[in-house]
Amino acid sequence: MSFLPELTIAAALDGLAAKDFSALELTRAHISAIESLDPQLNAFITQTPELALEMAGAADAARAAGSAGPLSGIPLAIKDLFCVEGVRTTAASKILENFVPPYESTVTAQLKAAGAVFLGKANLDEFAMGSSNTTSGFGAVTNPWQRNGSNAKLVPGGSSGGSAAAVASRMAMGATGTDTGGSIRQPASFTGITGIKPTYGRCSRYGIVAFASSLDQAGPMARSVEDCAILLGAMSGFDARDSTSAERPVADFRAAAKRGVKGLRIGIPAEYRMDGMSAEIEGLWQKGVAWLREQGAEIVDVSLPHTKYGLPVYYIVAPAEASSNLARYDGVRFGTRVDGEDLIDMYERTRAAGFGAEVKRRIMIGTYVLSAGYYDAYYLKAQKIRALILRDFTEAFAKVDALLTPTAPSAAFGIGEKTDDPVTMYLNDVFTVPASLAGVPAMSVPAGLDAQGLPLGLQIIGRHFDEETVFAVGGALEKAAGFSALPAIRAGGAK
Amino acid sequence: MSLDTATVRRIAKLARIRVEEPEIATLQTELNAILGYVEQLNAVDVTGVEPLSGGAQMAMRLREDVVTDGGIADKILANAPDREGRFFAVPKVVE
Repeated sequence: MSFLPELTIAAALDGLAAKDFSALELTRAHISAIESLDPQLNAFITQTPELALEMAGAADAARAAGSAGPLSGIPLAIKDLFCVEGVRTTAASKILENFVPPYESTVTAQLKAAGAVFLGKANLDEFAMGSSNTTSGFGAVTNPWQRNGSNAKLVPGGSSGGSAAAVASRMAMGATGTDTGGSIRQPASFTGITGIKPTYGRCSRYGIVAFASSLDQAGPMARSVEDCAILLGAMSGFDARDSTSAERPVADFRAAAKRGVKGLRIGIPAEYRMDGMSAEIEGLWQKGVAWLREQGAEIVDVSLPHTKYGLPVYYIVAPAEASSNLARYDGVRFGTRVDGEDLIDMYERTRAAGFGAEVKRRIMIGTYVLSAGYYDAYYLKAQKIRALILRDFTEAFAKVDALLTPTAPSAAFGIGEKTDDPVTMYLNDVFTVPASLAGVPAMSVPAGLDAQGLPLGLQIIGRHFDEETVFAVGGALEKAAGFSALPAIRAGGAK
Repeated sequence: MSLDTATVRRIAKLARIRVEEPEIATLQTELNAILGYVEQLNAVDVTGVEPLSGGAQMAMRLREDVVTDGGIADKILANAPDREGRFFAVPKVVE
């Protein structure tokens, strides 16, 4: 029997179906990987081994009874932004340190119904605000990858950094993530795994702790394009409890991932060639272009003229929505309370003690751009430029079927780097934010290593609700890239 | 436009976040760095452009105005920092 945590989800499903191993054996192998690796990586805020074993037992029973679901027995990490009934859900914030949700998010309910096994709640940047997982109230996550000849600790990216580290290190076969401005794609790129942010409205937001509601979207992270397709199929679909959930049929993403790119028109947006971008990333992008051309795609130069305004628009819109969403954390109905002289003083002390520095900054920026006298100059203006960014994509997609770009402007960096001022950290998301603002689907696929031995991803952006083409292009890139490098810290690896 | 310390204090008050005096200068620098960065949006001509508020490619859906859930007061109160009977408890608001 092969070392179980090495398997892809697709291979594990085959093994479970063939009775090569049981869901309990598969789950025990992952629990043991977590026990040995998580003290180093800190990818989990809450581990749920008892729940996992119970779910695995149920999956084995269902399989024996002939009623196995599409994910029966597959051990997953759940980003600690998804409410799982009866399991502490913190959003990586001290203000929710003891919050136990009395309800289940729609995405995790669907994963449960599909037979998945939950290993625990994955670490993230506090309230998903960050690109390095260093803003977590429960400690930073360490990237399982290291630079050649160095054991310096690197960030896994963020905000879904715990999910990414768990999947890359083989502590979990897949994970849920959420992406507001790049929080699935950038950590996927930093850890050499695949992640897709589907179209806004594809996965229900019900039961996911809200950051910026017009941008937040759940999606899967896994070690292959096909595995992401399997997971997204189970996570997607209409939900009446999310007013922005799309009433659309869910396609067979797994079949789409094998479709190939013959005859597809792939756009290369000139504006993603940024000043100061490393030659390695530029080189990898050109390789990606060549790989798709060799497989029969037509390459077309396109222009998305408002690309450079994506980040500044995002850093008005997202904090504005966050300041409103996070108003609920006032120490009254749930969460931590710090007593004060009166009600207002109690609110202020509770929020000062419960929120970390980055969350406070974003709430304050959001409060300012929505305040009387500044709303038009900042918030309304940003919403108008957001419309122009969407128009750029609409016009490009009249000419091409998908776009190919780098996922992030750099490989993983050291824990503690890029903290001189908030804007330096924000620049991580320069290539991922525009698709979030437009609501279109986008995926990161690992495509190669930089000179220091760190993974780099390429991003595929598709039309609204055309994840199928994104999967087709992702599958083709994956096949050509043949990415097989392994992180230094992983289950079954050399210590 | 640059924020002065009085404005930083006012924003913190509006946001209901207690800020201690020594934190003001740091916050002022950080918030001004972010506002300085977004200043580049002034270069964009948005004449005649309708604002886009959301990522959804559809109109907001409406539903019947009926009760769809409820009767779970104890489950909801289980997370309350303070409660009295079936109510959330807060510091005295009215003398």
